[in-house]
Amino acid sequence: MKNNDILLEVDNLRTYFDTRRGLAKAVDGVSFDLYKGETLGIVGESGCGKSITSLSILNLVPQPKGKIHGGEIKLHREDEVVDIAKLKRTGKKMKDIRRKDSAMIFQDPMSSLSPVYTVGSQIMEGIMLSHDVDKVEAREMAIEMLRKVGISPAEQRINDYPYQLSGGMNQRAMIAVALASNPNLLIADEPTTALDVTVEAQILELMAELQQEYQMSIMFISHDLDVIGEISDRVVVMYTGKVVEVAEVEELFYNPSHPYTQGLLQSIPKIGRKKELKPISGSVPQIYNLPDACHFAPRCPHRMDICTKKEPPTFDLGGGHQAKCWLYEEGGENNEG
Amino acid sequence: MLSYILRRTMIMIPMIILISMVSFLIITLPPGSYIDSYLANLQRMGGEVEQSRADALADRYGLNDPIYEQYWKWVKGFPSGNFGMVFSEERPVMDVIQERIGFTILISVLTLLFTWILSIPIGIYSAVKQYSFGDYFFTFFGFLGVSIPNFLLAIIIMFTGLRFFGVNLSGLMPAAYMGEPWTLAKIAEVLKRIWVPVVVVGTAGMAGLIRIMRAEMLDQLRQPYIQMARSKGVDEIKVIIKYAARIAVNPLISTVGWLLPQIISGGTIAGIVLGLPTLGPKLYDALKIQDMYLAGTIIFINIVLILIGTLLSDILLALVDPRIRYD
Repeated sequence: MKNNDILLEVDNLRTYFDTRRGLAKAVDGVSFDLYKGETLGIVGESGCGKSITSLSILNLVPQPKGKIHGGEIKLHREDEVVDIAKLKRTGKKMKDIRRKDSAMIFQDPMSSLSPVYTVGSQIMEGIMLSHDVDKVEAREMAIEMLRKVGISPAEQRINDYPYQLSGGMNQRAMIAVALASNPNLLIADEPTTALDVTVEAQILELMAELQQEYQMSIMFISHDLDVIGEISDRVVVMYTGKVVEVAEVEELFYNPSHPYTQGLLQSIPKIGRKKELKPISGSVPQIYNLPDACHFAPRCPHRMDICTKKEPPTFDLGGGHQAKCWLYEEGGENNEG
Repeated sequence: MLSYILRRTMIMIPMIILISMVSFLIITLPPGSYIDSYLANLQRMGGEVEQSRADALADRYGLNDPIYEQYWKWVKGFPSGNFGMVFSEERPVMDVIQERIGFTILISVLTLLFTWILSIPIGIYSAVKQYSFGDYFFTFFGFLGVSIPNFLLAIIIMFTGLRFFGVNLSGLMPAAYMGEPWTLAKIAEVLKRIWVPVVVVGTAGMAGLIRIMRAEMLDQLRQPYIQMARSKGVDEIKVIIKYAARIAVNPLISTVGWLLPQIISGGTIAGIVLGLPTLGPKLYDALKIQDMYLAGTIIFINIVLILIGTLLSDILLALVDPRIRYD
């Protein structure tokens, strides 16, 4: 893809938490690009750093323990390129980006809207922060927004409080709040995890529709490979704060390269498949004081000597497919699929 | 909402009747009566005890009647504002209360405002700047305020005032102004002294409020809707006040009702030490000499205030938090 199609470049991002048990490298050297109009899925188990990556992009890492220690988050705006990692968290520029360029939706729809303000007023607040409109116009736009996310009758629902809506409706309302600013970048952090399957499908469909309409890029974070496969164009697989594989969605599902990705795919139950499920042995290590080696090595069926001694670099497998695994070093053991 | 308030008010009527019985029972529980303690006092001072006078007093106040008759005698005056007699002063209870209720309410309301205006912002600050120097600083002084007994602080302030500044801070006004009509000079004198009980009583309650506010704020600041508001680009100060503090203040509002009875009982000891013309010290005296109608009335008013206070906080809470509005 051409350079001017890039919306966001994350390069060697390192977000650490200074905890009582030591430095937790929640995000450690993460790099990826996000193109305009695409949906990038970020998948990984709990604690792999996917949420912290997304919070870093909005400079919303939980304070005072979390901090972006290094790396770049370059956002291509209309007339400039800004490195968010260098901006002050509550600074004017950062606020301007949050108001106009980016938006985020969260996992738990019931607690992500303030319970004491109406859905309408929370949408209008976002509209008035990003657009130069008065209250009456903002209200009109908010009603329009509610209609777009499928909440009806919008004129009445706008006066509802979040507790008066169901979980699925609240998730729609949250999407309305997020999209009210007409952002280029939508970060969705497990937006369907708390919903049941039928509602999940509706929300995914809604997001795909709205992406078409607004021409925005979506970073879709989930631990659920099925959901990721359904909505993403490309996928980033994360493990212990590092990106282990990046590929276009079909390539990833049909030709997974990193043993971790292979393990993930093999542990999804499928109807009709007679083979036994093969869960990944062992469990995710604690992110304190990890060795300077491949963090997946202890659980890896293809472990080699070098894996426990040296951290693998990211190897380019062609066609935008990358894997951080010694298997792909020239002359290394070639074990496809 | 209106029907809810009405319903709650209706329920209060039988409650009040019950409360009047309980308060009467409480003040008649101690053995003996005002007459006994009156006679004992006279004897201690070497006075001549006239049994006939004692009998006459007991007769006049019906102290030898069965308890239910005494109770009935007391409560039947309530609707007309007659709460019985103050034995020791031989005048109606209503007079004593009217005399002191003004200052009592004034001092209490000022104390309330003082604690709330200081502790809410401090609680918010402590939470936002958790573990900072300021957080520890306010926590330290908050606990200091709780640990120092009211009367001791009152004495320290009065002593400091007299010793180093040469001003007498006891009471609410110099003796010369007592019973005089209100003039600017008299108001100025009162203003000069009224801060003492306000600070003394206020500091005691502040630490608790600060801790509640701080804990609630910390809790709210962790909620996803805070991150959501930030991700919209809402100013941080607005995130803290409009989003977090708005909900964090709820537990304080739900306890505001309990503060109403403090108008009378709060600061009793400080009131005695400072010689304040409030109801707290009066209740203490009345209980000591078994001045039953005065004590009973003050206790009764106190409990009615708890009822009203609870209703008020419920209404306030419903106004502030839409989740608990009653339809």
